[in-house]
Parts: sequence; structure tokens; C-alpha cells
Amino acid sequence: MSTSSDCAPASPAPSRDVLRGLLETMLFIRLFEEKIVAVYPDQDMKCPVHLCIGQEAVAAGVIAHLRPGDYLTSTHRNHGHCLAKGVDPGILLAEFFGRASGCCRGKGGSMHPMSPEHGILGTSAIVGGGIPHGVGHALAAFLRGQDAISAVFFGDGASEEGSFHESLNFAALKGLPVVFVCENNHYATNSPLGARQPNPDVHRRAQGYGIPAERLDGNDVEAVYAAAGRAAAHARAGLGPYFLECVTYRWKGHVGPDCDYEKGCRPKDELFDWMERCPVKRFQSRIEDAGIMDAAGTQAMIAAISARLDAAVAWARGEKYPDAAEAVLGVYAPAEV
Amino acid sequence: MPWSKITETSLEPASDGDDARGRILSYPEAIREALAQSLAIDPAVFVMGQGVDDPSGMFGATRGLHETFGADRVFDTPLAETALTGVAVGAALGGMRPVYFHNRPDFLYLAMDQLANHAAKWHYMFGGAACVPLVLWACTGRGWGSGAQHSQAVQGLFFQIPGLKLVMPSTCYDAKGLLIAAIKDDNPVLILDHRFNFRNRGYVPEEMYAVPLGRAAVRREGRDVTVVAASHLVMDALRAAEEFAAQGVSVEVVDPRTLRPLDEETILNSVAKTGRLVVADTGWRSGGVAAEICALAAERCFDALKAPPRRVAGPDLPTPAGCTLEEAYYIGKNEIVAAVRGVLKQK
Repeated sequence: MSTSSDCAPASPAPSRDVLRGLLETMLFIRLFEEKIVAVYPDQDMKCPVHLCIGQEAVAAGVIAHLRPGDYLTSTHRNHGHCLAKGVDPGILLAEFFGRASGCCRGKGGSMHPMSPEHGILGTSAIVGGGIPHGVGHALAAFLRGQDAISAVFFGDGASEEGSFHESLNFAALKGLPVVFVCENNHYATNSPLGARQPNPDVHRRAQGYGIPAERLDGNDVEAVYAAAGRAAAHARAGLGPYFLECVTYRWKGHVGPDCDYEKGCRPKDELFDWMERCPVKRFQSRIEDAGIMDAAGTQAMIAAISARLDAAVAWARGEKYPDAAEAVLGVYAPAEV
Repeated sequence: MPWSKITETSLEPASDGDDARGRILSYPEAIREALAQSLAIDPAVFVMGQGVDDPSGMFGATRGLHETFGADRVFDTPLAETALTGVAVGAALGGMRPVYFHNRPDFLYLAMDQLANHAAKWHYMFGGAACVPLVLWACTGRGWGSGAQHSQAVQGLFFQIPGLKLVMPSTCYDAKGLLIAAIKDDNPVLILDHRFNFRNRGYVPEEMYAVPLGRAAVRREGRDVTVVAASHLVMDALRAAEEFAAQGVSVEVVDPRTLRPLDEETILNSVAKTGRLVVADTGWRSGGVAAEICALAAERCFDALKAPPRRVAGPDLPTPAGCTLEEAYYIGKNEIVAAVRGVLKQK
């Protein structure tokens, strides 16, 4: 899995290694989410899960440009972002299973992963709540003269929150090194974008704050990778924030392992149209057609990831639950610095 | 870390002591000195807030700091309390120690999501892997028709939130020492100050010192009644105690200084000694700070009580603006005196 790479120049085509890495990251995310779908009926993952199947290209394409010291802010739909940044799947799964060795010692669940060594300083499940945190990380980097950028992921729903607008305004005002990434998957829970916003072009709101912004096909990982390269280079050069609106689609319901069209949450045809545009299959074909990998190579990649995920699930399930006494501990940090 | 060298001291020099123990500073000068010293010793500290760099400088508390420490570290903000609180949280998570000033606590409601859903929960929710060393400071005004949206005493609401520390200073010494302790602390700390305190002058040592959070001060010792009062009501409680002393009634005045963590031991020890409790708080009466402290005494030292505890608290009303209605609305020394009389009558 590609967790980081040097900041790509904006124009040259990505190397074969980068392309292989993008595919591997997307497959890793897809198979991780499918593993959750498989184990969820066992009822021992006792927390809500917000799956990102169908949206893998955004996480893979953007985060390939992040360095280990860069910050990443995500949302309740965070699994893909965390994996792409390099967080161990076992630590995430242990958290989802409520185990003491989870990334939050069993206190966070699936909506709140944290991994300081990967620049993930906590994750908010309040829509729009994490956006200003990412701006704050960039402010900290700026004040310390640190060479780090901050990538902030959120959905189209968050772009309706006041915190979104206030955060863009402040990031632009201070010229902070932030890459805002809107994953526009057309739905906030079950509410379609058209029922919520008079103008579906989310990126144009960023332009209103003077932030360079692009709208792109979020299911085309090469397009995402290229745009994110421009965005990261812009932020690293000290030119201020950059905004990407990646148009994509979530295959599963807002929460849980099931599709929701049976319940009438959205048209079946719409889902099936988007599944035809599967970001993973599309890129896998592209890479095989270009001779970068052959079918046997991609199958071997899938098998290796599956084996790693099976091991991660088994390990997580074997870990201990936290002691019940832990529930009352840790409300406050020790006062002494 | 620069902060480990700072003395922790709970003791305040007696106000009738000699000048060698400290200089007389005004209340805003004491706050300003705490900020200036914190900015000087730790590059992680920065000060933000609407108007922190304007000529009035937050009633003097931040005046001129931007000139000494630069516009990057002392800066004005857009009117965006929600996100700016989130920015401060994010910066704190990134290793900084932000101090975010609001000249009116009413605007903290706009920051409620970031305070209650984020800052206060972060250390717990992530199993201790993160902390949010953030200070929010807001100052309640009173009088001159400030009305329902510019003079609220909001401590009761913030008092409810686990993970947040809540500080209400009353003296110049504490204004400096508690602010330094708050900046030094690895948790989100809300300081609710009051414009009446800004009239105070008092002894303030020049060196950096921290008044520990969670330690009450017994402002006046007494035998017959305990009055617990915070912020500017400490002064009212002391005036009431003075009146009772003339009548041979000995009133003990306890200033909690921090409401969370609350120094339960000092309060309970005092109640155990006097057997009578009056709690004075500027916040709303129902479900507020005074109610909680009375419940604490009822639960933990019921046998020592000679009379039911009494609340002296703000009425459950928005603040009216007109000067006559305002006069009827606010509590102070007279209400404390009446409540003390009330608990003394009950044998």
C-alpha cells in the first residue's frame, strides 16, 4: 500500500509504481470494508459502521500525496482515509470490536479513529466538526514553522454547516496550508443533495472565499491523483488553501453493511449506474490494459490483502476487552505538563 | 518544558500585608501579566479573539500584547465562534496552547459544539491518546442595560460538561495565578470572569506562579454559617460577613475558585464545622451551580446540617435591560444577608 510519496510535480504522469500503489490502496480499502460486511452479521462488532465502498479513489488519490508528517482530518466515514494514511487495519478493527488494543482503547468505536503517528489527531462524527480542526493543525504548523500540510476530508452535507464556511474563510484569510477535500456522494444520510442545496457545485463556495477549487470525477483515481498533486503543491509552496470537490457515490446505506435502495432511500437504477462506474474495477482494467500489471498480478495483490485482513480480524477478535474500571478513567488529562 | 518550573501556590498574600510580597496591580494588569509571561516562556502559547489587538485590548487584559509578541501570536479573529473554537482545538491538538478571548460569554453558545462535542470529549474518546490544552476566557458584563444577550451568567451550562474545567476567579492574585494554571493545564479550561472584578486592585507577585485548579480558598473563617460564593459575589459575601460580625454572628466565606474540578473537601469541611450553608451564584437558580453545591452538602454531610441549605442565585429569567428591572433582577449582598438570616432562624 502506498502511504506516502514525494510531492508529485503537477504535470508529469505518475510512475508505474505510483499507479500500482493507487490500485493497492483502493483494493485494500474495498476489501477492508467488504470484510466488515462479512463479519457484521456475527454481531460482535457492536458499533455503527459507515462504509466508503464506491468512494475509494478519493482517499487513495489524495492521500498518496501526503507525507508522514502531514495532518489528516476525516469524518464518521473514515476507514478509507485511515488505511490510506497507513493506519494498521488490526488496530482499527480492534477498536470497532471494542477491544483494549484498539486505537482508542475501546472508547471511540468506528466513528472516532485516532493515530497521532499518522497525523490523525482524532476524528469527529459531528458533521462539519472536524473541518476547523484540520485548519487548526495547519495553523499550528504555520506558527511553528513546520513543513506540513493538512488534508481535510468531509462530505457534501458538511458543506451546509456553518463551520465549513467559517473554516474556509479563516484558512483563506491566513493563507494556511490546507487541502480541503469534499467527497460529494450526493447524500447526507438519506437526504439527496437537491433537497438540501440550491446550487450543487460545492466547489464554487470555496471560490467565493478566493480559494482555488476544482470539481472532478472522484471515481477516476488518476484524475484525483493529478488534482491532489496540484492542491498539495499549492499548499506546500505557501500559497494557501486549495479545494477539491470529488464527485463520487456511496454504494451502501448511510450506516451499516446493507444497501438502502430496498428501503426506498434512493433509486435502484441510480445505484446500479454508479456501480458500473466502480472506481476500483475501472482502474484495475486500465492498469491491466496498459500492461502495468496483469490479471494474475492483481489477483495476487487481492489474495495478499485478503490474507492480511483475515489475520487482522482474527487478531482483533482475540484481543481483550478493556477492564470495566477503565470506563471512569481518562476524562481529564493529567494536569502536569 | 518551561511550565514545570512554575511554582504552584494556593496561598494569597494577605491584602493588608507589606509591599515586599507583591506589587499592587489592577485586575486587567494581572491578567495581562499572566499572558505576557506565558507568551514569553512558551512559543506554543498564542492569544486570539475578536478585539485582542484593538486599542481597548479586552478591557486592558490583552492591551499591546500584539506589539510585543507579534501579530502571528496575538491576533484578531473573524466573527466565527464555532469554527474558530474548532481551529483552536485543532491547534491545541497540533501541540499549541491557544488562549481564546471572548468579551461576552453569550457568544460561547456559538462555540458550544466545539466545546461540548469536541474539546471536552477528546481526551476520553481517544483513550488518552490526545489532549486539548486550550483556554477560553469570557467576561460577563452587568448593568447599563446590557440585557438578555450581553450579560448572561452561563456557568451552570458549562459546569455540566465532563472533560471541561471551569474557573471563576475573584481576586487579582487569582486572576493571574489561575490563568497561568489554565494555560499550563493539558485540558480545555473555560475561565468565566466578570467586569465587576475588573475594578479590583490587589497584591500580585511579579514572578510566574500557578494557583492550582480545584483548590478553594477560605476567604474568611467563621463558625456559624458557611457562605460559598464565586467571582464578584465573594466580595458581597465578605461584606455580608462583616455586617454579621457586628451582630456577633461568625460567617465563613469559601471561594471555590474553580467549579470543575470542585474542591468538595474544603466546602464539606466548612459545612461540617458551621452546620449551615448558603451558596451564592450569579447563574440561573434551577439546575445550576448553587443547586449542585447544596446537593453535595445534603448528600455528603446531612447529619452536620442544622438547617436546609439555601441558594442565592439568579432568577430563572433572561436579563431585563431597563435599569429598574435590572435592579430587581440581580442578586448581591442583600440577598446573601437574607439567606444567612434564614438559615440562622432554623434551629
